Amino acid sequence: MFKILALISIFALSAFAAGDATFEAVKRELNIPAIIMFFVFIVGTLGITYWAARKTKSASDFYTAGGGITGFQNGLAIAGDYMSAAAFLGVSGLIYLKGYDGVIYAVSFLVGWPIILFFMAEKLRNLGKFTFADIAAYRLGQKEIRTLAAFGSLSVVVLYLIAQMVGAGKLIQVLFGMEYEFAVMLVGVMMIIYVTFGGMLATTWVQIIKACLLLSGVSFMAIMVLYHFDFSFESLAVQAVENHKDSESILAPGGFISDPVSAISLGMALMLGTAGLPHVLMRFFTVGNAKEARKSVVYATGFVGYFWVIITIVGFGAIAFLNSADGAQYFTDGKLFGGNNMASIHLSHMLGGNAFLGFISAVAFATILAVVSGLTLAGASAISHDIYANVINPNATDAQVVRLSKITVIVVGIIGVIFGIAFEQQNIAYMVGLAFAIAASANFPILFLSIYWRGLTTRGAFIGGFIGLITAVTLVIIGPIVWVQILGNAEAIFPYKYPALFSVTTAFVAIWFFSKTDNSQRAKDEREKFRAQNVRANTGIGADGAVAH
Amino acid sequence: MKEELVDRIENNPKYQELVSKRTGLGLKLGAFVLVMFYAFILTIAFNKEVLATKMGDGLTTIAFPIALGILIISFLTTLIYVRKANGEFEDLTNDIKDDVKDLL
Repeated sequence: MFKILALISIFALSAFAAGDATFEAVKRELNIPAIIMFFVFIVGTLGITYWAARKTKSASDFYTAGGGITGFQNGLAIAGDYMSAAAFLGVSGLIYLKGYDGVIYAVSFLVGWPIILFFMAEKLRNLGKFTFADIAAYRLGQKEIRTLAAFGSLSVVVLYLIAQMVGAGKLIQVLFGMEYEFAVMLVGVMMIIYVTFGGMLATTWVQIIKACLLLSGVSFMAIMVLYHFDFSFESLAVQAVENHKDSESILAPGGFISDPVSAISLGMALMLGTAGLPHVLMRFFTVGNAKEARKSVVYATGFVGYFWVIITIVGFGAIAFLNSADGAQYFTDGKLFGGNNMASIHLSHMLGGNAFLGFISAVAFATILAVVSGLTLAGASAISHDIYANVINPNATDAQVVRLSKITVIVVGIIGVIFGIAFEQQNIAYMVGLAFAIAASANFPILFLSIYWRGLTTRGAFIGGFIGLITAVTLVIIGPIVWVQILGNAEAIFPYKYPALFSVTTAFVAIWFFSKTDNSQRAKDEREKFRAQNVRANTGIGADGAVAH
Repeated sequence: MKEELVDRIENNPKYQELVSKRTGLGLKLGAFVLVMFYAFILTIAFNKEVLATKMGDGLTTIAFPIALGILIISFLTTLIYVRKANGEFEDLTNDIKDDVKDLL
C-alpha cells in the first residue's frame, strides 16, 4: 500500500511538473536544476519515510519515535520545527518589506525558549507521555481536560498549518509556475503520505536533515550577501536604505507595531505561545530522559538564535539586492513575483543562480513538509490519543488508535488545503503570530497552572480554558486580519491584530475564578493529588522512563 | 504514586535542596530574561525613537546590537541552566532515587 501511494505521489508530481506548460500563469521558464533538486529531496525523504514505516510498530513509535532520540538530534528537530516556512520565508519577507520590524519577530520568537526550559521542559518530560494533555490530565478529570486540550491543539495546529500551506503554495507557484491552488493541494497530498506512513520517527528524521540543510543554505546566502559588502553590515545597511522606499526608518522599529497594546500583545503571544505549541511540546517526549530533554533545549536555542541572526542578514540582503536594477527581473507589475514571502527565494537565485535556487527551494519545501507533518501529527494525536483512546474508548487497541490518527491526518490535511487557499494573500509571519496567540491563551495557562498551582481543579481548567480559547479565536476572527482582509468587511470589530494580552489574561482569570469557587469533593481530591504530582514532576520518580518498551 | 513514597521523598533533605535550588535558579534566570525582553518590547511600545539612535558615523542603529544581545543572552542563560541541571541537580535526583529504592 505504501509503495502504491508513493508511486501515485511521484506520478502526480511529474504530472504537475509536465502539465504546467498548459497553465496560463507560467511567468518564467521551467527551472530544470531546481526541479531536479526537488525530486532528489522528495525521493530521499520518501526513502526515510519507508524506512521509518518499517520500524514504526506501536503507538509509542508512531507518536514519540519510541523515546529513542538523543538530545542533540532532538535539539535539531525542535529547531527544525521552529525554523518553519513562516520563520524562513515569512520573517525574511517581513524584513524585506518592513526592515527592523521583522527583526522584532525574530527576537520574540526566541525568548520563549529559555522560559520553557526554566519552568516547563523538565516537568513536562517527567509527567507526560504522548501529548501535553497527559500533564494537565494527570490529576484532573481525563474527559474534560483531554477534550479541552484537543480543541486547543487543533485550533493552533490548523492556524499554523494554514501559514505553512500558504508558504508552500507560493513556493511551488514560483518554482513550477503552477497554479497556487494545485500547489497547495500537492503539498497536502505529500504531507498526508509522510505522516500516515512514517509517523514521528519519519517526521523527526526529515526534520533533522532539513534543519541541517536549511542552516547551511541560509548561512551560504548570508555569507554571499556579506561578501558583496566586504563583510560590513554597515555597508549592507547603507545599500538597503538606499533601495528601500522607507529609507532610514527600516533600521529602527517602525510603524508596523504602532501602538503599545500591539507591541506587548505580540511579545506575550510569541513568548508564551512557544510553551503552548503542541507539536513542539510533543518533542519533549521523544527523548530518553530529562537530561536529554534539557540538552535538546540548549541545542535548539543555539540553532534557532543563530538562524535569526542569519535571517536578518538575508532579509536586509534581499532589500539591497532585489530592489536594484538587476533585481527588476523578479518583479511583475511592480510586485515581487509570488509576494513578499518569496524574497529570500528570489535572493537565492540572484546570488547563486538556478542550482542554488533549486537547493534553497527544495530545502524550503522540505521545511514546509516537515513542519506540516509534525503539526498534523500533533493534531492527530489530539484526536486519537486524547479524545478517542482516553475519552471515547478507553479499551482501544494500539492498532485502532493509530488507524484513527491516520484518518485524522487526512482530514486535517484537507482542512489545511482549503484554508491555505483562502489565506493566499497573507504574510505568513503574521499568521504564525496568530497561532502563537491561540497557543498562549488556550494551552499555556492550563499547562502552567496544572504544574504550578495546587488549587487548579477540573472545573476551573475546563471552563476557564474554553473561555480563553474562545476569546482568542473570537478576537482573531473579528480582528483586522480575518474580519477585514479575509472576510472583506470594512472595519474590524476588535482593533488589535494580536489578541494575546486580552485573551491570556482572560484565560488566567477565568481559570483562577472557576477553580477557586469550586468546593466540590472532587475538587478537594484533586488538590490533594497535587502533592504526588509535584514530587513526580520534580524528580521523575514514577514516570515510566519516557515510553520505554 | 504511594502516599508513603511521597512522604519519604518530600521529607528527604536532598529533595528540599533540589527543589529550592532549582526553583531559585529558574526564577533568577527567568526573571532576567523576562525583564530584558520586556524592557525591549516596552521601549518599542513607548519610546521607540531611542532605538533609532545611530552608532558612530554610520547608519546602523543601536537596535541591531541590542537584538543580537538578546539572542545571545537567551542562549547563554539556557546553557548556564543546563550545565547546572545536568550536573548538580541530576546528581541530587539520583541520590533521592537511591534513597527510596526500596519503595520503587
